[in-house]
Amino acid sequence: MIVTILQIVLRFFVLVALQVLILNNIQLGGIVNPYLYVLFLLTLPVQTPKVLLLFIGFILGISIDLFQNSTGIHAFACVMIAFIRPSWLKLVAPRDGFEPDESPEIRKFGFRWFLVYASVLVFVHHFVIFNLEIFRFSDFWSTQLRVLYSSIFTLVLIILSQYLLYKPEK
Amino acid sequence: MRTLFELIWRNHFVVLFVAIQSFCVYLIVQNNRYQHASFFNSSNAAVAKVNEGITYFKEYIHLRENNQLLASENAQLRNMLSKITQPSDTTKPVVTDTLQKQQYTYITAKVVNSSTTLPNNFLTIDKGTADGIKPEMGVICGSGVVGIVQQVSTHYSTVMTLLHTKSKVSAKINANGFYGSLVWGEDLNAHESILKDIDKTVPVKKGDTISTTEFSALFPAGIMIGKVIESKLNPGSNFNAIKVGLSTNFDNLSYVYVVDNLKKNEQRTLEEATQKANEQ
Repeated sequence: MIVTILQIVLRFFVLVALQVLILNNIQLGGIVNPYLYVLFLLTLPVQTPKVLLLFIGFILGISIDLFQNSTGIHAFACVMIAFIRPSWLKLVAPRDGFEPDESPEIRKFGFRWFLVYASVLVFVHHFVIFNLEIFRFSDFWSTQLRVLYSSIFTLVLIILSQYLLYKPEK
Repeated sequence: MRTLFELIWRNHFVVLFVAIQSFCVYLIVQNNRYQHASFFNSSNAAVAKVNEGITYFKEYIHLRENNQLLASENAQLRNMLSKITQPSDTTKPVVTDTLQKQQYTYITAKVVNSSTTLPNNFLTIDKGTADGIKPEMGVICGSGVVGIVQQVSTHYSTVMTLLHTKSKVSAKINANGFYGSLVWGEDLNAHESILKDIDKTVPVKKGDTISTTEFSALFPAGIMIGKVIESKLNPGSNFNAIKVGLSTNFDNLSYVYVVDNLKKNEQRTLEEATQKANEQ
C-alpha cells in the first residue's frame, strides 16, 4: 500500500517534470500541444476516493499552471476529468468489475479497452484547455482541430509510455 | 435546514466539484489577462446597454444636484483664476500669453536703493527697459502695494512709493466696498497713509482692510494696502480722513514685482477718448 502511494507520488513528479521541461516546449506546426501529464489522473487506482480525486486533479493542474503562467486553466480541466472519471469508469467497467487496488492500465485491461477509456478523458481535458486558452468563438473550428490533433498526439504518447514503462503482466 | 444539509451531504461530491471549478474560474479571471479582458468585455457589452438607459433616466432625477455641483465648481474655479492672476509672495515666471487672456504679468525686481524718511520717497530697482519695464507700471510686493514706476533707464528704474506726496492710489474698504484715494503727507511716518474721499456716513471700523480697486490700470484688484488705524472727520467737509496702517514695510523691502497690465493701453486710450468726446 505504502509502496503504491510512493510510486504514485513519484509518478506525479516525473510526469509534471516531463510535461514542464520537455513537452511544453514542443509545438508541432503551432497546432499540436501534447499534454501527457493527464496520464497521472488516468492511471490512479480505481478505488481512489472521489473527493480525493478532485483535490489531486486540482493540485496536478495548478502545478502545471504555475509553469505555464495559465493559472486556473489546467486546474479547471483536470478537476473536470477528475469529476467525470468515476462515472466513466463505472460505465466502461469490465463485466466482472474492478479488483481493489487495481489501476486502469493497458497491461491489465488491454489496448482496446484502454484506448476507449483514455480517449474520452483526454479529449475532454484537451477540449476544455484549448477552448479556455483561446476563449473566443472566432476560429472555433481551427481550435477544435487543435483539440483533435493534440488529443491524438497525447493518446499516442500515453499508449507508448504504457508500453515503455510497464512490463506486461506474465 | 436539516434537509438542506442532508441534500448537500448527499451531493457533496458535486458541490465540491462546483466549488473547486468556481475557484479555478476565479483564478483564471484573476490571473489571466486575456480572459480577464474578454470576460469584462462580453459582460460589458450586455450590461452597458442597460446601464446606459438607467444613467439617462438618473440624469434627470439629479438635475438639481448636478446644477448645484456645477455652480460650486464654477465658484471654485473662479477663485483659483483670481489667485492665478494675482501675485503671491513666491517668485512667478512671466507668462507670455499670445491670446491676451492673461491681464497681468509680473516682473521680479530687486530693490537696490530706497528711502523712507524724505517727503518724497523713492525706490530704485534693478530692472529697466531691457526687462520690459515702462513708466507708470504698478509695483507690489508679497505684503502689499509698493508704488508706481516713474523713470526708467536701460537696467534700472525708480519707483515712486506710496510714501510720496504726489502718490495717489485708488483704494477701497473691503468690508463695504466704498472707495477713495490713498495719499501721503509730510506729517505721516513710513507706516501710515491717508485714505480720503470716503463719505462720513460710511461706517468704518478700526482694523478694516484696505485694498486696490478695479479702477486702477496699474494694479490688479484686491492687492492688500493696509488696515484702518483710525477714522476722523475732515473739518469743514463731508468726508472722513481715514488713517491707514500700510501693510508693506518700506524699511526692509528687498524684492518687488512690477505689474505689467497687458490691457492698460487699451483701457487708457478708451478712457481718454471718452473724456475728449465729453469735453467737446
